[in-house]
Amino acid sequence: MLNYIWAFMILLGIIVAAFTGKMGEVTNTAIISSTEGVEVCIRLLGVLGFWMGIMKIAEKSGLINLLTIKIRPILRYLFPDIPDGHDAQKYIAANMIANVLGLGWGATPPGLLAMKALQELNLKKDEASNTMCMFLIVNISSVQLISVNIIAYRAQYGSANPSEVIGPSILATSISTVVAIIFGKLMERRKKI
Amino acid sequence: MIPLIVTGVIIYGLLRKVNIFDVFIEGAKESVNIILTIMPTLIGLMVAVGIIRVSGSLNILEVFLRPITKLISFPVELIPLIILRSISSSASLGLVLDLFKQYGPDSFIGRLVSIIMGCTETIFYTMSVYFMSVGIKKTRYTLVGALIANIAGVIASFYITLYIFGK
Repeated sequence: MLNYIWAFMILLGIIVAAFTGKMGEVTNTAIISSTEGVEVCIRLLGVLGFWMGIMKIAEKSGLINLLTIKIRPILRYLFPDIPDGHDAQKYIAANMIANVLGLGWGATPPGLLAMKALQELNLKKDEASNTMCMFLIVNISSVQLISVNIIAYRAQYGSANPSEVIGPSILATSISTVVAIIFGKLMERRKKI
Repeated sequence: MIPLIVTGVIIYGLLRKVNIFDVFIEGAKESVNIILTIMPTLIGLMVAVGIIRVSGSLNILEVFLRPITKLISFPVELIPLIILRSISSSASLGLVLDLFKQYGPDSFIGRLVSIIMGCTETIFYTMSVYFMSVGIKKTRYTLVGALIANIAGVIASFYITLYIFGK
């Protein structure tokens, strides 16, 4: 899908530029923006490297495992259809903790393992189970607490106080997650199998 | 908050006799792979977004959307972002950086955008990857729920930004 979006964006831009007489700018921006892309990545490397280093310590020291056990009650409430102690719980916990800590990419592997485990429990193999729907909706509502990336980008573009958005973001994402959970629970009640 | 977390993690690691720095390096190395994966995508997307911006396409779109957003004083420049955000994280990132460039990260738009990015997630990509990995095509109410969650996030971000930072 991204193929079409990207092609569409560039073609649309060039065609419109032909009409608005901004072809020169298009060439310039191709050079400037591409360079910028690289610059952003290099700066991100620093922040991300540091954060992932710290998170690795948390993982190796067993801190993450500890957190996983602590959030079991939450998992039991959100996903009542999973038998306690099932692998799915472990994977969902790892996925959510990774998301909370801002390690989006680190969240995908356990997330996929969680789906596999949930599929085992799924009664209708070609349909998403209630648990799967809830899992995805909560995931997409974004449970990220600290978005290191955004802070790095803000700093790069000259923000006077890059991390001032952390508090408000947490509030906003909590709201969206609560909405997600309410919706999920309502839908579950309607579709009582 | 971050210094707190870092301190906590390091102290806990020391107590559990972890080779702090070696493990740190191990984790930091993983970031290199991630960056290598993102970089080509970001280059492609930033150029695409840049071209859209300098061509004036967004100005034209704005003219059409202005009457609607005048009603709730929501910045019209963010409509493309919100649509794009549900589709592709890299494309929306390119747009965000572009907005930072134009308005600055500390402007109302800059802050609102930062908060929106923090509380929303790509819908179609995430759903496809997760459901396809187990071969499920009937996703039932997942899409609706995801859209509602993201829209709630955007609305919340708008009022939170307005309330905390003002215009």
